[in-house]
Formats: sequence, structure tokens, C-alpha cells
Amino acid sequence: MKYQPVIGLEVHVQLLTDSKIFCGCSTKFGSEPNTQTCPVCLGLPGALPVLNKKVVEFAIKAGLSTNCSITQRSIFARKNYFYPDLPKGYQISQFENPICQRGWLDIAVDGGELKRIGITRIHMEEDAGKLVHGELSGSSDGSGVDLNRACTPLLEVVSEPDLRSSDEAVIYLKRLHQIVTWLGICDGNMEEGSFRCDANVSVMPVGSDTLGTRAEIKNINSFKFVKQAIEYEIQRQIDQIEDGGKVVQETRLFDPNSGTTRSMRSKEEAHDYRYFPDPDLVPLVISDEWVERSRQALPELPEQRRQRFMDELGLPLYDAEVLTANRALADYFEAGIAAYSNAKAVANWIMGEITRALNDSGTAIEACPITPGELAALLKLIDNGTISGKMAKIVFDEMWCSGKTPQAIVEDKGLVQLSDSNAIENIIDEIMAANAGQVNEYRGGKEKVFGFFVGQVMKASRGRANPSVVNELLLDKLRG
Amino acid sequence: MRMTVTEVEYVARLARLELTPAEKELFAGQMGAILGYVEKLKGLDTEGITPTSHAVPMENSFREDVAFSSISLENALANAPDRAGSFFAVPKVIE
Amino acid sequence: MSIFDMTIHELHAALQGKQISSLEATSAMLERIEAVEPHIGSFITVTAEQALATAKTADQLIASGECDLLTGIPLAIKDIFLTEGVRTTCGSRILHNFIPPYSATSWEKLRDQGAVLLGKLNQDEFAMGSSNESSAYGITRNPWDRTCIPGGSSGGSAAAVAAREAVATLGTDTGGSIRQPASHCGCVGLKPTYGRVSRYGVIAYASSLDQVGPLTRDVADCAAMLRALAGHDPKDSTSVDTPVPDYSASLSQGVKGLRIGLPKEYFIDGLDPDVQKAMDDAIDTYRRLGAEFVDISLPHTDYAVATYYLIATAEASSNLARYDGVRFGHRAEADGLLEMYTKSRSEGFGSEVKRRIMLGTYALSSGYYDAYYVKAQKVRTLIMNDFISAFANVDVMLTPVAPTPAFKIGEKIDDPLQMYLSDIFTIPVNLAGTCAMSIPAGFSVAGLPIGLQLIGKPFDEETILRAGFAFEQATEWHTRKATI
Repeated sequence: MKYQPVIGLEVHVQLLTDSKIFCGCSTKFGSEPNTQTCPVCLGLPGALPVLNKKVVEFAIKAGLSTNCSITQRSIFARKNYFYPDLPKGYQISQFENPICQRGWLDIAVDGGELKRIGITRIHMEEDAGKLVHGELSGSSDGSGVDLNRACTPLLEVVSEPDLRSSDEAVIYLKRLHQIVTWLGICDGNMEEGSFRCDANVSVMPVGSDTLGTRAEIKNINSFKFVKQAIEYEIQRQIDQIEDGGKVVQETRLFDPNSGTTRSMRSKEEAHDYRYFPDPDLVPLVISDEWVERSRQALPELPEQRRQRFMDELGLPLYDAEVLTANRALADYFEAGIAAYSNAKAVANWIMGEITRALNDSGTAIEACPITPGELAALLKLIDNGTISGKMAKIVFDEMWCSGKTPQAIVEDKGLVQLSDSNAIENIIDEIMAANAGQVNEYRGGKEKVFGFFVGQVMKASRGRANPSVVNELLLDKLRG
Repeated sequence: MRMTVTEVEYVARLARLELTPAEKELFAGQMGAILGYVEKLKGLDTEGITPTSHAVPMENSFREDVAFSSISLENALANAPDRAGSFFAVPKVIE
Repeated sequence: MSIFDMTIHELHAALQGKQISSLEATSAMLERIEAVEPHIGSFITVTAEQALATAKTADQLIASGECDLLTGIPLAIKDIFLTEGVRTTCGSRILHNFIPPYSATSWEKLRDQGAVLLGKLNQDEFAMGSSNESSAYGITRNPWDRTCIPGGSSGGSAAAVAAREAVATLGTDTGGSIRQPASHCGCVGLKPTYGRVSRYGVIAYASSLDQVGPLTRDVADCAAMLRALAGHDPKDSTSVDTPVPDYSASLSQGVKGLRIGLPKEYFIDGLDPDVQKAMDDAIDTYRRLGAEFVDISLPHTDYAVATYYLIATAEASSNLARYDGVRFGHRAEADGLLEMYTKSRSEGFGSEVKRRIMLGTYALSSGYYDAYYVKAQKVRTLIMNDFISAFANVDVMLTPVAPTPAFKIGEKIDDPLQMYLSDIFTIPVNLAGTCAMSIPAGFSVAGLPIGLQLIGKPFDEETILRAGFAFEQATEWHTRKATI
């Protein structure tokens, strides 16, 4: 029998606020345990939550950017369960009336076809703390609780079960990742857990319209693992069914070391979260004006920008896609074309030399040592014939290392292109005199030797000779 | 109305309470009596009535996104029944 | 007059006039506490050393002329208020070792005026009770009759005022926990409108019902205390940002033309005859003073207790989840995490708390949420609407505080439902979120105090304080003292 996987993702997006969602403690990552805590996030008796306004603003941005409607009156609820990383014994989240509802994202699947993935809801909630086990916690037989992360703001983005393969899941997830980082509401760091994903996976026989029993897989913290975890889980469920067994509804933990999933003992107990409106928080009312203000303040989103790059600048889809992979890169490109109007040339350099250099040095585009203006200046030098395209790459490397302007490098190193016919003719003459044999070969019909002469001329001019002038003159002279 | 011991046990487990057999019996009776009393609400027509969470109408209470210094590590851990270094220590958690 | 018989205003005048120092007043109070405590049990913790040190500082402030009304006044507060560096138990074993790293906003406001903290007062565990019998730190006795309960849950707060162990005290009121003990102990007790006083740093019982308020010897002190406590607190999302009037200024404006409503559901057949008589006398007094009476109805009164015990316990079941033995409080010896939770909580909480956690957990649990919790919230709307309609025609309401005077210790301890029903006249006010005050209005034949309740419109504490003051000026109930 053939099976159809059905996948829905629940993505936790940690928001880039300075302070926590319900208290003023810092959200900085990596501090000494329990140094970023206060009565509120420690869940001390008597402490009360007060909502960070920026979290609401970020949530609205995320909602508008994923085609959600913004709920006019939303409330916070308590999700009640006991766990050592949950200080109050409940998590403040949203249950009924989350802030964003009924959105969607279009993703490009096989062959560039667009597929619409529904977004059920986006809600705001607080993160739990962190548990460490064994030696890390300072006691080998117990666990340690660090509450620095407790009460950090999260958005949970819940998709419809519209995804049909691990590849679609990854494309959707990348798309969502692109949007939240583009908006500047999340740093997108998956390793540090700023963007994490739970996957609901089930399988059903192809052609069936009854969904199978799903398992929820937790702890997936890279795109690669998403693919791995989902594929493993799909196969596991198929095997289970083929062996005459049944898939049980459960929470499973992905183990990145083995690439497998296993049932979570801690979540075995039946869930009865006893959600109810949190009486310590008041309703959140978002007026139409507020939504409109947020909409006006939204940056141009990647999809729109990609389209503009194609329509207005005539870039091919591939280039437009690459250049809008993240906002900083797109901004870099736009700053470049502001100073040098040949968009395709700028695009080529960014996708080529710049990207290579960034990758080689592990630098982010934001920290690129060559400014868009300097890149444009370099391209102008090629255009006006001061340097050759080949020479430009040498200049580029020098710019990257020294931080000097291209003009300065060209002058310092005497790299100005040699276009003077007389000077080039002299060089050609010398070379032809020294290589009479090859001259005869060429004249005897062996045209391949032409390349040899070009090489010799360039070498003699230390690469400075203008290649098109060299070609022209060499052709003339060799033909005699 | 009476609450069954099974119901009492279910609720006790959710609430992380451990009850003696005698307590279970006692609570089943007492809670049954209270639930019997609250049954009177069922006779009241509340069709179309909005539930009230707060008697005083309030909305949009915010703080600005400004980080302030947290309490010291020693203060945070001062009441901890058990600690290990900078952590609160708890019996081993199996995930 | 003994120092410990003075009101805030009297002691303030004496401090200002240099007839007495705060150190002397505080020492006298501490001696009084030592003498009386074995018979009453108002306190869980007495902070003598700290009190004397604060008093000395207060005396310097007074000498320099920089003092507020509360500077140097010895007060005591319910053990539900967090006090930085001073053990705070909330009447529970689970917090027997809890030393808070911060203080409640309400206490900070009094402390910042230079008030002296004598100690932390006994209460029902987690404010769950009407008799102060559920405290893990022993019962509190009624100063008027030590075989009787003082009321609860702020029983220590009321008994301390009545036994003159503090000039004034702070309590909290979730279903009558200030007004009922004030009534049973013959003092003035005010529950402000929900949102009027910050709840930050007050250990939560039922978050949508809890309010902080003062217990005092007379209405003038009550007005002054409320003025000091009230106001918006950015740390409490449910505290309301609305101007705080000078309650003292309008106290003596009288009640001529004031329209007082008498809700018929509060004057039932089962009312204790002594309570009925006190109410009749009070109505006569107000008539003489020029007030007008209007018969009104609060038709859903009979549903209030049921509504309350679903909402309050549901909220409590969640509020009390943080007592898990991980970060503070009692932790039991246990093998493994689950056992640590259940053992710590089972050892730490008393029966009444467990019962309410269980009831609330049940009301929120899967399959029962709509039938119990949501239903109760809807009935709460009906009860609120009763008050809104009634207040369209009257300025205040007058009712008894409790159906009977203080009952005997142990009388209702085995019958929780009967205990709950004794709050029938105070609970609706919390559900409606409005303000109400208990003032002394007479004594039973057996010599126990009887309070009358004045209920005001939301955020109109001014009018009930004015009405209370007028009554107090016309009567002498508040001047009687319990002999211990």
C-alpha cells in the first residue's frame, strides 16, 4: 500500500525584545543561570505579570505578514501543568481568541508551482526555563533548573496540516524563518532555540480522506533535522501499520545523534491543561487604527521585493530569489544599484564574489567589509576601462582584506589597465619575435595557438593589458 | 450528589496532591455536597450572557520594553530548598 | 487614655505635639502584644526589633518636621503581604521558611510614610476560611469572647485591632475576609473596589476577587488608610489608573438626602434576631440623620455563594500550583520528581486548602469547564448587573455583614458548606467588584459585636466612608472596648 504523509508544524518564534514578556528582566542569551530573574519570572508568591507592549506589536507584524486577521479582543489564558522549568505551575499563553487567526503562506513546491499553506493561528506566550541534567547541573543524580529563559516572549505559529512531505515542511519553515527575521522580530538562531519547531506527523493510505493518528515530534532545531525527523517518523508509522500495529497519539522526542524519534516518558500522562482566562491580565483590545498603523509601518516583504526586482530591474527569478533571501542582503543590493545602475552586474557580483567571500570568512552581510558604494565604485572602474574584469577580482580581494577603496588600490599597485595601442603593439612584437615557431604554426592554420599569445601578452603586461585591445591587435599582427 | 473516589483520585493527581484513603472518602463526601449545592446554577438561564472575568472593565495594560536589573542570584536562590551551583536542584527529570 | 487605645489620628496628634514618641508608642504596643497574645493569637510573627528601629527613625523624622500621618504609627499586617526580609507564611506550613526578597506595594506605601511594622498577623491558610481556624499557626480567638472565632480570613487583622495590639491593620478580602472579621470583632473594615489598591506582592487566593483594605478603630482612620493605600500600580495590570480622592475631606458632609437601598434578599427570615435589631436601629439612626430609604432587589443573591466557590476555587487551584517545592517553601523528602511534588504539597497544605484546590481543579477539568467555570462566570455577569440596576436608584446599600454574630470555635469546622454559607452577604460584593465597608452597629445579647455593611458604587468609596462617618458620629458602638 502507498501512504500519504500529512504534516502540520507548530513553530516557536522567540521575539527580539530587550525585556521578557511579563517582566523587565533581560532576554539576553547565555548568561550565568538564574541571573536574569525577578519575582515575576521566578513565580514567587504575590508577583504579577504586566504585558510587554512590544510583544503585541511584533505579533501584529507577524500576523499581517502571514495574511492573518488580527483579533480585535484577545485574551491570555493559563495552561496548567507541573514541570520544574515552569515556575508558576502554569504557562501564560493564549487559547481562545489568539491575537492572529486564519492566515496563509504560499510556498514554491516542485517545479516552482505555488502551494498555499494555511496558518491556523499565531499566539503569544511565555517560554519555560531550562533543565539541565547530570554533571552539567552540578549534581550527578539530579537535574538543575535555570529560569533565565522563563518568561521570554514567544510567538507560536500553528500551520494547518497542509504539508505533504518533509521537503514541503522544510520549504514552509524556511519561508516563515525568512519572514520573521526579515521583520526583525526574531534573530532566527535555531541552535540557540530562537526558532524551533514541533511537527505533527501522520500517514494515511493514498486516496483516503481520513487523517491518521498523529504523533507530535519535539526538539527539532535545524532545517536538516526537520527533514530527518519527519522522514524517520513517516517511515516508522508506515512500518508500524504494515506490521499490523497502530500508531498511538503521543509526544515523541527527536534525537539528532541517531536521527530517530522516541516516546517521551514525561509527557505520558493524559493532558488536561485546564485552560482558563488569566485573571491577572486584562483583555487586549487592538483597534482598527492600531492594525492600520502597523500595516503602514511594515517593511516591504521578501515576496514583494522579489517581484519588484524582477519587474523594475529586470532580474531573472533566480537572482531575485537569492537577493531577497534576507533583508540585509536585499538592502545591500539596493544600496549598490543606487550608486551603479547596472542591476544585473551588481547582482552578479553580490551572488558571486561577495557571497563567496562572506561564506569563506563566515561573515554576515551586515558585517561585509566592502560597502555597497565601494562595490559600485569597483564596477565603475571596469566600465570605464580603468581595469579589466579579471583585474577587478584582484582589486576586490584587496578591498576585502585592506578595506581600501578600489581607486586607491588601483593607483597604489599601478593596476591601471593598459589600453594604449602602441604600448601593446610593442609587447606583441617582442613576443612574436621570441616565438617565431608558434607564429608559423598559427599561420599554418593552427588557430588554437592564439590563446597562447594572449596569455603571453597578459603575462608580459602583468595582467594590465586591455583584453579586447589585445585580441584585436594580436589578430591583426598574426594574420600578418 | 456524590463524587466518586475515582474522580477524587483523578483530580488529586492533576493537582499533585496525595490523599490518604480516609481523606479520599471525606473529600468525596464534602466535595459532593458542595457540588450538589452549586447544581442550583444549572437552573438559571444564562443563554446569551457574556461570562465575566473581571467585574471592573479594564483593557490594554502594558509596560514598555525596557530591561531593568534583575534581583541578585543569591536573592533568587535564597529560598531554594536545594541548589546546585547557580541552579535550583530537583530530583532527576526524565524526558 | 492608654497609648494602645488611640486611633491613628489621636496618636499622630500626640506624636506631633511631642506628648509621646513613636519609640514609646511602639514599646507600649509591643508590651501589649506580649500581654495579650497568649489569650488571642493574632500574630504569626512579631517583628519587635525592627519595629523599635523604625520607630527611632520615625522620631527623627517627626523631630525634623518631615512627617506624614502614618509616620511612627505602629501597624500590623496580615501575613499574606510580602515583606522583604521578614518571613511571610500566608498561614500555611508550605511557606514556613519563606523570606521574601521583595515587599508588597501596599505595605511599601505605608512603610514609605514611616509606618512601624509590629508584625505579621494570623489568618486562614491562603485566606481560605471564615473563622481563622485553618491557619497552620494556631487559631485566633475573638477578643470579645475567647470561645468564639474572630471571623476570617483576616481574623488576626480584626482581632489585633479589637484587642488593641495595633493601631490599625491591613487585611485582604476575597469573599468578605475583611468585612466579616471586622463585623465579628467590632472594628471598621473596608474592602475597596477591585483595582483600587495594588495586589502586587499580596499572595493570591482568587485573583479576580482579591482586594487589599484597612481595618481600623474608626471611619476617619479607615479613610486615611485608604488614601495611603489607593492608586495605580504599574506592577499590577488590574490596578486602575483613576484619581484617588481625599477621603478625609468629605467625611463630615452628612447623609441628608442620601438614598440608601435595602436589598430585600439580605433581610431574610433566618437572620439572627440580634442582627435584625441592629439593622433596624441603624435604619432609624440614618432616618434621623436625614437619609432616605429605598427598597431594592438584587435578584441573583441566592446564586452568589455557588458562583463564588466555583470561580474562587478555580483561580486558587492555579494560583497555588507554584507551591511545588522547587524554588521556595516546603520540600518533602522524596524519591523522584512526582513524589517530590505530591509529598511537598500534601504535607504543606492543610485540609481546607486541599479541598478548594481539588474543587477548583475539578471545575476547570476537561468536560466540566463549561458546566461549572463558564457557567459561574455567566452568573457572575447577572450578579454584577443586579448591582448596576440597583445603583441606578440609590447611592449606597445597607445590609448586615453576616447572618449571625461570631460563632463558636469548632462549630462549623466539619461542615465546609455551612461555613461557606456564612459569607452570603459579603460574597456578592466581590463578585460585582465594588466597594463595601463594615462598621460597628451594635451588640448581641451575648455581648458580641454586630457590624453593618455599607455597599457603594464602584470607585465611590467616598460615599460609604461619609455615610459610615455620619453613623459613627451618631452612635457610640465603635468606642466600646473588649476586655481581655
